Amino acid sequence: MSGVRVLVGTRKGAFVLTADGQRERWDISGPHFAGWEMYHLKGSPADPNRLYASQSNGWFGQTIQRSDDGGATWEPVGNDFAYDGVPGTHQWYDGTQHPWEFARVWHLEPSPTDPDTVYAGVEDAALFRSVDGGQTWRELSALRGVSGHLWQPGAGGMCLHTIVLDPANPDRIVVAISAAGAFRSDDGGETWRAVNRGLRSEAEIPDPAADVGHCVHSLAMHPSRPDVLFMQKHWDVMRSDDGGGVWREISGNLPSDFGFPIAVHAHEPETVYVVPIKSDSEHYPPDGKLRVYRSRTGGHEWEPLTRGLPQRDCYVNVLRDAMAVDSLDACGVYVGTTGGQVYASADAGDTWAPIVRDLPAVLSVETQTLP
Amino acid sequence: MIRVVLPPHLRTLASAEREVALRVEGPATQRSVLDALEAAYPPLRGAIRDRVTRRRRPLVRFFACAEDLSHEPPDAPLPEAVATGAEPFLVVGAMAGG
Repeated sequence: MSGVRVLVGTRKGAFVLTADGQRERWDISGPHFAGWEMYHLKGSPADPNRLYASQSNGWFGQTIQRSDDGGATWEPVGNDFAYDGVPGTHQWYDGTQHPWEFARVWHLEPSPTDPDTVYAGVEDAALFRSVDGGQTWRELSALRGVSGHLWQPGAGGMCLHTIVLDPANPDRIVVAISAAGAFRSDDGGETWRAVNRGLRSEAEIPDPAADVGHCVHSLAMHPSRPDVLFMQKHWDVMRSDDGGGVWREISGNLPSDFGFPIAVHAHEPETVYVVPIKSDSEHYPPDGKLRVYRSRTGGHEWEPLTRGLPQRDCYVNVLRDAMAVDSLDACGVYVGTTGGQVYASADAGDTWAPIVRDLPAVLSVETQTLP
Repeated sequence: MIRVVLPPHLRTLASAEREVALRVEGPATQRSVLDALEAAYPPLRGAIRDRVTRRRRPLVRFFACAEDLSHEPPDAPLPEAVATGAEPFLVVGAMAGG
């Protein structure tokens, strides 16, 4: 019987949760890298035994870890994230220009086809690629040429946090940066353009429709429809049907259109999930109720998914990389919270149950559907 | 041989014991000891000194012979007791609680 592996990054280590296809009984492994901040772990779609993990802390900096046996053992690989050439400067909080400085890796995105190729989204915002299993990294520096001097950090830092790869076209890469916006390359990362038309950020930037400066929180794409992108922005849930060429709002009847993660059902490209958060000044669910919202219509019409999720006195957050789906039949949905719970649904969100309740604050959740 | 004591996180990262022994060419300085340490344990590159500037990371401290050597120049000679191996050179994660 097929199964699922859930990779959980937390403030104090990583955990690997595994179950068979029923997804009822879970084996918990960890903490791996105990005491370290694990911003992100992700498995290679081309080789389920190949995992990458971003390990960091304020004392000893950034390490990239790699596993070739599905997370049983790990080895540190390359951590030399050197910006290409003279890094230059970007906008700082006080309006001055500030030198680009590497802080950490927020997101690792393995290639859909090659286990040795992996992309890293870093803070200060830049995109790196390794083609040797993480041993060496090269910046795709043209990205920072797209008005990089105008980018400025959001409250969480100026991070490149989302990387979307088109499985049918290795030249198509879409990334998102806080607080700069979405950017797309159609030539494997050699050249880039901003893809923020249609976004409006009334309260966040002086020109609400500026080309860059939008605080995109996450992007999602169904692999069968790479031109359809879904976005959770700081405020607003958005959709593009032309690869980011133009965006339109699909927030519809959501109780709040502020939030962090967004995900697409594994088998239904028009079924989308978000986790509404009350506001940018109150980072917890509206009314103390943790509700995942699902749209089966590609947006606009949303239904709350509540069965098994806490519906009173709940004041956790779900961070941008902390929601994922598996590709079993029926599609599984997973959310991790800043309160240390990982909730799972084995029926596309209709019902939920916690896999674990007392982990450190969850930073990221990713899945692997195992043969 | 020069003895270097590592903090717990770096022992794990380097797959090393609490104390490692290093052969250092030339005068024993912070730079020469850390160069030898990173050569022997490549995962420690970037964990003690910044990859680009080669300066000590802000929350790392260097102690030896009951003194804080963190602010000494990287090419200053280390105490004789460290150079002879009588005393260890301690790499320490700074207190940063709250």
